[in-house]
Amino acid sequence: MNFLFRRKKSANSAKERLQLVLIHDRTDLTPAELDSLKDDLIETISRHIEIDPMAVTINVTQDGRSQRLVADIPLRSVGRRRGREPGRAAG
Amino acid sequence: MTAKVVTIASGKGGVGKTTSVANIAVALASHGQKVACIDGDIGLRNLDVVLGLENRIVYDLVDLIEGRCRLRQAMIRDKRLPELYLIPAAQTRDKTAVSPSDMVRLCDELRQEVDWIIIDSPAGIERGFKNAIAAADRVLVMTIPEVSAVRDADRVIGLLDAEEKGPAALVINRLDLAMVKRGDMLSVEDVLDLLAVELIGIIPEDENVIVASNRGQPLALDGKSKVGQAFQNIAQRLMGEQIPFMELESKNLFQRLLGRKKS
Repeated sequence: MNFLFRRKKSANSAKERLQLVLIHDRTDLTPAELDSLKDDLIETISRHIEIDPMAVTINVTQDGRSQRLVADIPLRSVGRRRGREPGRAAG
Repeated sequence: MTAKVVTIASGKGGVGKTTSVANIAVALASHGQKVACIDGDIGLRNLDVVLGLENRIVYDLVDLIEGRCRLRQAMIRDKRLPELYLIPAAQTRDKTAVSPSDMVRLCDELRQEVDWIIIDSPAGIERGFKNAIAAADRVLVMTIPEVSAVRDADRVIGLLDAEEKGPAALVINRLDLAMVKRGDMLSVEDVLDLLAVELIGIIPEDENVIVASNRGQPLALDGKSKVGQAFQNIAQRLMGEQIPFMELESKNLFQRLLGRKKS
């Protein structure tokens, strides 16, 4: 709750803001384009398998100087046995 | 003699490229190396004043490229170090007076004469930058721990990769340790996390840099200056020596840098 009372260090803001800006600079992908890519992805996958569109997350992450598009697409388990939920890492 | 060509670029202006070219050239020359530096900022000549050689200019880079003088005539000899030369930029022309292939041709000739060619790139990522990197064997990217300079450095590093001039080596200039400690400046580690490139130098913030340029006496000549020492360290790293980073940062960073070297 500390953050409510103390302003965040400006260096941290700088780093967080730069992380986002650099990802977009390097990939030439705006947040709006990423959203539209997400919609297309949901539409395509939904034609083959049932998913929960609200739970889908898609992000560009950094790995050294290369970028990676990471999508997490939880499947809706219909009439399957419980426990193993594909698409989600354990833990 | 076959010189190594090192270009210093940054994208953003005002981060200290010209000061660094002057100091790295002086540092290399003070180690007995034969050095020629080239001011690539045509129309905005500055390396001559930072080196204190502005009164000696007769011919410039464009004169040389357009054949109005011979190579030796355009090389201004430094007054302090006999093996340091400057090829100044033209002041009354623009960047289109030189092409990347002109620079390659010039450097091929100059390579036979010296051990090092240090090129000062103009700010920006257009023609002047392309000219400055055309002949480079190695590019040092300068930044300061500030959002706009880091962003521009990232862009330049990406362009260098695309032009197959990478991997770039990073110089972080104007680091203010007190500001880093109170959380108001990006640390060396932060910048390395963001840019993910090799580090070749850290220059501390110091008002004496302005005093030195007022006098035209680069700090690398001053044995007592921390900034001068930082540039001497960069020069020695360029020469292939393993020089530890000065104690400007936490132990953490040293361990990290050692770890990086091994990998």
